[in-house]
Amino acid sequence: MARDSGIVSWGAYVPRYRLKAEEIVNLWGWDSNIPKNLNVAEKAVENVDEDSITMGFEAAYNAILRANINPKRIGAVFFGTESKPYAVKPSATVIAEALGVTPATMASDLEFACRAASEGLRSALALVESKYIEYGLVIGSDTAQANPGDVLEYTASSGAVAFIVGPSKEAAAILEGVYTYVTDTPDFWRRGLSPYPKHGEAFTGEPAYFSHIEGAVRGLMESLGLKPDDFDYAVFHQPNGTFPLRVGRRLGFPKEKILPGLVTPLIGNTYNASALIGFARVLEQARPGQRILVAPFGSGAGSDAYSFVVTDRVNGLRGKAPRVDDYINAKKYVSYAVHAKMRGLYRRIAN
Amino acid sequence: MTRVYVSGVGLTKVGRHFDKGLIDLAAEAAFKAIDEAGVEPEALVVGNMMSSSLQHQDNLGAYIANSIGLRGIPAFKVEAACGSGGAAVHAAFNMIKSGVYNAVLVVGVEKMTDHPTAVVTEALAQAADAEYELFYGASFTGLNALMMRYYMEKYQVSRREMSYWPVMMHKNAVANPYAQIRREIKLEDVEKSQVVADPIRLLDSSPIGDGAAAVLLVSENIVSKLAEKPIVEVAGSAMATDTVELSNRESLDAMPAAAQAAKKAYKMAGVEPRDIDVIEIHDAFTINAIVLLEELGFAPRGQAAKQLAEGRFAPGDKPTANPSGGLKARGHPVGATGVYQVAEVVMQLRGDFPGVKVDKAEIGLTSNIGGDGSSLIVHVLKRV
Amino acid sequence: MRLSPAQIWRTRIPRYRLIGKECKKCGRRHYPPRPACPYCGSRELIEVELPRTGVIESFTVIYTVMEGFKDRAPLIIATVKLDDGTRVVAPITDAEPEDVRTGMRVEAVLRRIRDDGSYGLIGYGTVFRPTILVHKTS
Repeated sequence: MARDSGIVSWGAYVPRYRLKAEEIVNLWGWDSNIPKNLNVAEKAVENVDEDSITMGFEAAYNAILRANINPKRIGAVFFGTESKPYAVKPSATVIAEALGVTPATMASDLEFACRAASEGLRSALALVESKYIEYGLVIGSDTAQANPGDVLEYTASSGAVAFIVGPSKEAAAILEGVYTYVTDTPDFWRRGLSPYPKHGEAFTGEPAYFSHIEGAVRGLMESLGLKPDDFDYAVFHQPNGTFPLRVGRRLGFPKEKILPGLVTPLIGNTYNASALIGFARVLEQARPGQRILVAPFGSGAGSDAYSFVVTDRVNGLRGKAPRVDDYINAKKYVSYAVHAKMRGLYRRIAN
Repeated sequence: MTRVYVSGVGLTKVGRHFDKGLIDLAAEAAFKAIDEAGVEPEALVVGNMMSSSLQHQDNLGAYIANSIGLRGIPAFKVEAACGSGGAAVHAAFNMIKSGVYNAVLVVGVEKMTDHPTAVVTEALAQAADAEYELFYGASFTGLNALMMRYYMEKYQVSRREMSYWPVMMHKNAVANPYAQIRREIKLEDVEKSQVVADPIRLLDSSPIGDGAAAVLLVSENIVSKLAEKPIVEVAGSAMATDTVELSNRESLDAMPAAAQAAKKAYKMAGVEPRDIDVIEIHDAFTINAIVLLEELGFAPRGQAAKQLAEGRFAPGDKPTANPSGGLKARGHPVGATGVYQVAEVVMQLRGDFPGVKVDKAEIGLTSNIGGDGSSLIVHVLKRV
Repeated sequence: MRLSPAQIWRTRIPRYRLIGKECKKCGRRHYPPRPACPYCGSRELIEVELPRTGVIESFTVIYTVMEGFKDRAPLIIATVKLDDGTRVVAPITDAEPEDVRTGMRVEAVLRRIRDDGSYGLIGYGTVFRPTILVHKTS
């Protein structure tokens, strides 16, 4: 039933700095129960010299290191982000150049809120299956923005993930099927000249997150003839620490299958890397033969549900590059004031 | 080939001359040198580093020559970062040696106080590699700090031993009317002063200041016509270079270009380090002076700071180092510094330096650095 | 500092990928790449991708930073001896000044170096950070 494409390797990156939720509680005068309700205790924040390009580079570097392939064999670099350093000028070319993938490659930045990288993953898998390319590199990376004082600040965090996609005979996880579900649902948006996104508060839940993920996952299971019991792990987009558990419950996936891929309580919501970092973390513990459900979501809105089956190649890859947990555990707390400096939130004037 | 003499010198006090521009400073020093020599210069060589970045003024040769009453003469600027002044003297020396010119005025001038420190810091950093050092924020002080830490760790030199240099410089400068800072300091003051780029502290560093210095070099032809003969000869003038980028140097505890330039200058002058009575050497930072003392042959490698702590190089010792107070206390208007050094040693040899005097000095040396050891100029001056 | 499109483009390979040169005559490597060997003067050079790990040979912590670096103060700059002996001058990131030591192992990362204001170009380059990540083998 398996298709002829899959995940050849993966790489992640989480910046070193963490901001505790209680800093945000104290600064903006929130009720102190909010972090607990969101199930997010702290979030990863970028250093002053980091952006979605530099973080995406490191995740991609790790993926290539783990795959041990010549970067020149990569035929497509897809970069999914909603925090592009340049509004116009591709980020993908900077990363491709720094990795030595250029010049004979496709390269583009994709936009679909938090789902852009997943669209890139679908496309790369298809390009591999159709033999247009030998390998594809898919990167999800964000330094997620939130209006200071908005509840989004508790979760909007920074991180990146990358996958090398290739033929199934080289895959650590073979694609079994994918189902995409999109509608025009304005739950979360950012206009061109706005520094921060706006959102529909509770509207981001039921009509957006839940209905799209459930639509995609049900569609996938129906098309493959699978039930929740057939999956060993389920990884959902994780805008906070509670939604993935709730959507899993509604779809029939127990907590134990969701927790291994649930990283938002530890590092916040890394937007384009959110579910996909969770997937990378699952690959670092899954056994050959196990089946993984991955369901990213992006506002606006859409969700892709993937089924991957782990192969025995996975075992040899884990130690070849830093793991998700290596980055999660290597952390240093900063104050909100320092975070604001690192993010350039203070308005300074030149000498 | 003709011998080259210094027939006149002129200095401005180094300081924050908010009321004076490049031309005003240059004129003050140049007029003194010309009047003292009683000779009309045939050409002007300007030593300057930052007029382009800080004053947006290029074409400095013509600009200054035609502003100080020397309309029409050949004039140009020589730039070798903080070594611009020394390089200008070296160029003028060779112009006379070549026989084409008989009287060349050298004016070193720098105007540093027009802008905030961060802007001056960036301009100074242009002495380093713009694409691979300046781009990454490696300030000039920072690059010298890399050398200082390396030196101290390699030779087990203590902070205390390094502190003797700035203390001696401040003491020497008290009597120098041209010095920017005329205030004694203690070892503890150095060690408690603000850290600029660790391990370099504020009192390891030369201050930012404006200034100009001039020397008028003449050939034997001119001297033969003068009633009052100049008594100081430029006996050796040499320059050597090294990579601008610190990464491609052989070692961080050395400035081999200094040894190369010194070797040539000593040979030209027929002297050895032990013959030299007075030196004015480049101490933009304490570490520069320490490494130079070693490269120029006055102390064994790794020993200069230790010898200073034992009292070497102070007034009364041979050689006496930087009786002017050096860049540390006399000040360091960067492109002018190499000319200050030559003028000061000339005055020492003539016996008319208005600060700390080196008695019966016969032979003197100057050493001017551009970049963090990439442009090195050495002059040997002799009383004739 | 105004960032020139052509200059950013010209320097991208050495800056992003730590490409230096190796001399075919004396065998020594250098960085940044030059048209002739800085050690022996030979023009017979080949491009080499330098190792991305090394040790700190010397370092400084710059408190008086130049224009454009206030948000990074204090800025740590080091000379790094790469594992093949090539020396590189570069910032040290993701580290506290009090933890930096000579002899410390560091690894290369791509970082954002300079912004030409809010509307101009962004300059990227290679900097180093302490090798904090333990690569466990499974």
